[in-house]
Order: sequence, then structure tokens, then C-alpha cells
Amino acid sequence: MTGNEEFLGYRRADGQVGVRNLMAVIPTCGCALHVATQIAARVEGAALIAYNGGCGQTEADITVATRLLAQYGRHPNVIGSLVVSLGCETLNAADLTQRIAAGWAPVELLVIQKAGGTRRTVEAGVELARQMGDRAKRLRRELCPMSSLTIGLECGGSDATSGMAANPAMGIFSDLMVAQGARVILAETSELVGAEHILVERAMNARVAERFSHTIRECEVRLKATGEDFMGKQPSPGNVQGGITTVEEKALGDVLKGGSTPVVDVLAYGQPPTLPGLSFMDTPGNDPASVTGLVAAGSQIVVFTTGRGNPMGNAIAPVVKVTGNARTFAAMGEDMDINASTIISGEETIAQVGSRIYEFCLRVASGGTTAAERLGHAEFDMLRLGPLY
Amino acid sequence: MPNVLRISARDNVVVALVDLSPGTSLELGECVLEPCVTSREAIPFGHKVAIARIAKGQPVTKYGAPIGVAVEDIAPGEHVHVHNLRSVRGVVKP
Repeated sequence: MTGNEEFLGYRRADGQVGVRNLMAVIPTCGCALHVATQIAARVEGAALIAYNGGCGQTEADITVATRLLAQYGRHPNVIGSLVVSLGCETLNAADLTQRIAAGWAPVELLVIQKAGGTRRTVEAGVELARQMGDRAKRLRRELCPMSSLTIGLECGGSDATSGMAANPAMGIFSDLMVAQGARVILAETSELVGAEHILVERAMNARVAERFSHTIRECEVRLKATGEDFMGKQPSPGNVQGGITTVEEKALGDVLKGGSTPVVDVLAYGQPPTLPGLSFMDTPGNDPASVTGLVAAGSQIVVFTTGRGNPMGNAIAPVVKVTGNARTFAAMGEDMDINASTIISGEETIAQVGSRIYEFCLRVASGGTTAAERLGHAEFDMLRLGPLY
Repeated sequence: MPNVLRISARDNVVVALVDLSPGTSLELGECVLEPCVTSREAIPFGHKVAIARIAKGQPVTKYGAPIGVAVEDIAPGEHVHVHNLRSVRGVVKP
């Protein structure tokens, strides 16, 4: 498995490769969320991007939101977008629409206050989304190299099995993807406090090492500036019940997700990686918000390890679930794709499970579905920097 | 059948692979830990047990790295968790 494996993907006019054909329905504020939800519910292949900020927020938050929503609209898994605006919100819906239009896929803007209320906007939106969907039916999958993939790595609802089984197996998977020339993104800054030395040693150069150290330091300063200890946040109450005591312990288990290859870059929240190999992205440990950053950066697939059991997915990217906890697999197997508890029982090695994750992702990239997709999971949340006014 | 996992040879705690009742002999792979360590209390699956004496203020080590310090003397076989181990990085006032 070195460097030349292929999957069946959709080649886009801008050179990107998609693994799904979805229409993104993007509300530009919480007041437009209901209308957007109604449109997405009535059109097959429509994905609601459940953004509910857009008004009464700081300029920094609006800037991040506009950038990330535009990247969702231009994501390789998206074949068309519908921006649903109320008409008086802070976020500039026309600007967002233009940014999406600069990509290869079509975009339409609907303004509720101009379209004449809820029902007229929903009807117009359903019609536009259906037209986009009809055009997508002509698209065909073709052979694409694994190097055209960007893979986000995430963990959530961790317990002691995460560091023993699921995360080291994901590390093997990450190494396999890097060997194929793919871009792999490790994230969740607050969950690496106490394990930064491991990634500093693997940084490609001194600049990457310093930027990574700086990101961790800033995160620790921000957390402590609240005046509260990490306990209850990192680790969370469920992490503690699962046997994880301190943030350092959680971090040393988490960092295994990134395998053993050099860290080639440090990315801001939602920033697309430009270099093949393993990058680190500064995201919160909050799972839906972190996954949003990974997907906005162009991840076509996210692989997610969980010990306690987290069923979440994403609106536009398949999320592959891996658990190392046999009880979780037995209790909520319908939400899991890969059982990594065989490492703890001694039935399989870490390397064998890592290869299984790789083979599963190859099938998902070619159209195979994940548990989260079959169950309709489409979570969305976004990093918030400032207060709501 | 092993009932605990020692992740690194440098670790002074191991992880329970099953729910351990008090008085269970800890078994690491093919060898019983030498000298023999017995759980002193119930240890839930996934939780940590000390396999060496850890003095108050000394680091607790897992994955071959410190995960915090002991807030009291910990004897081999004791459950190591929030009651006797605290983070160094995650506290505002140590």
C-alpha cells in the first residue's frame, strides 16, 4: 500500500475531488434557521448547515463564520449551495454568496424579507435545490488517487480505551494515508496540553515547532484566564468516569491519533492544508465545533475515535466512528463503523485495526456509507471567540 | 489472561482491562507483576492501579510520561484517580 491506491470519487472543475454530491443549505443567521431547515428537509441530497450565529456577534466571530461558511459552500462534497438570509443580519449574505460563487459550483441567495415570508421562501428554496440536485445526477464517479483526499482526525467521548486501542490504531491509519500522499489533519488543541513535547519533536522544522508550542501555550493561558481549573472541561466528566484523571493523561492518549510522521504545518481554525502529510489545526476540543473546522478546511472524510460512544456526524462529510471499548460497541454498535476493542482482547494487533480503518475509508470515499450518515447525523457548530450582544 | 495493561515500561500505574475486585492479583501478559501486586480496592475497567509506591508530590507516569502528581502517598494496588492524582497543567492554583 504505497503511494498509488485509488478510489472512485467525483472530479470537480476546480481540481478538487468530492466523495459525496450534496446541496448545502446555509442560513446566515439563527432567524433564518427554520426556513433553511424546512428546505433541506424537503429535498433529497440537501444538507442543512445549521449555523445560528450571524447577528449580535463580534466582528472577529462574523469574519470567521463568513470564511467557514464560504468554505462549506466550496467544499468538494458540495455540488451547489443555497444561502438563506433573513435580510437584516450582521453577516453579509451577498458577500458570502459571492465568495461561494468564486468556486466551481452554483450558488443561489434567498432573502426571507424580500421573498415574502416563510412559506414563499421555502417553496422557492425547494425548487432551486431540486434543480441543483437534478444537475448532479449526471455526475459520475471516476478513479482518483488517495493523494486527493484530506482526512480530519477527531476524538470524542474518550475513555481509557481511546489511548490503548482506538487512537493508536488511528495513528497507523494516519501513517498509511500520509504514505499515499494525502493531507491528514490532527486537531483539538486543549486536548494536547501535556503531550506537546511529542509533536514538537516531530515538527518538520523549527518554525513549525515554535508555532505549535505557541498555539498550546495560548490555549492554556486562555483556559486559565477564565479562573477555572480544566477539570470538568479537559477531561470532561465522562472522560473521568472512563478512567482518565488529568488533561496530561488525556493528551498523551490523544496524541497517538497522529501516528508517527512529521508535523508539516500548523493551521488556523478552518484553514485548508496546502502540504501533503500530517498538519495540526488549532480547534477547540468541543467535537461539533472541531469537526466543522476540519471539514471547512476541505476534509472529505473525518475519522472519529470514541470510547464512551459519540454518535455525531457532519452535514457534508462522512464521519467514520471507531471505538476501542467493547461495552460501547455492544451497547451502541449501530453508531459505530469499526470495532477496535479487539486490540484490548488480544484478537487483533493495533496495525491490523489501523489497516481495517484504511480499507473502510477507501470504501467510504468510493460511496460506501457510514453509520452516522445512515442515522441522519448532520451536526454543526462553530468556534465562538466573543460574547453575544 | 492479562487483567491489566502497562503501556510503557516507565509507568508506575497500569490500566485495568476488566473490573478488578479487591484482592485480585495483577497480571500483565504472561507474567504476574514482580513483586506480586494485588488490588487493594475495586478498580473499574479502564481505571488506573499503582504498581509501585508513589510518594506524595511525585509524578504519576503513564504512556511513559508524567500525567500529574500524587496528592498523597499511594501504595501499590491502590486505585489512582481524581482523589489522589492531580494535574499539573490543568489547575489555576496548584
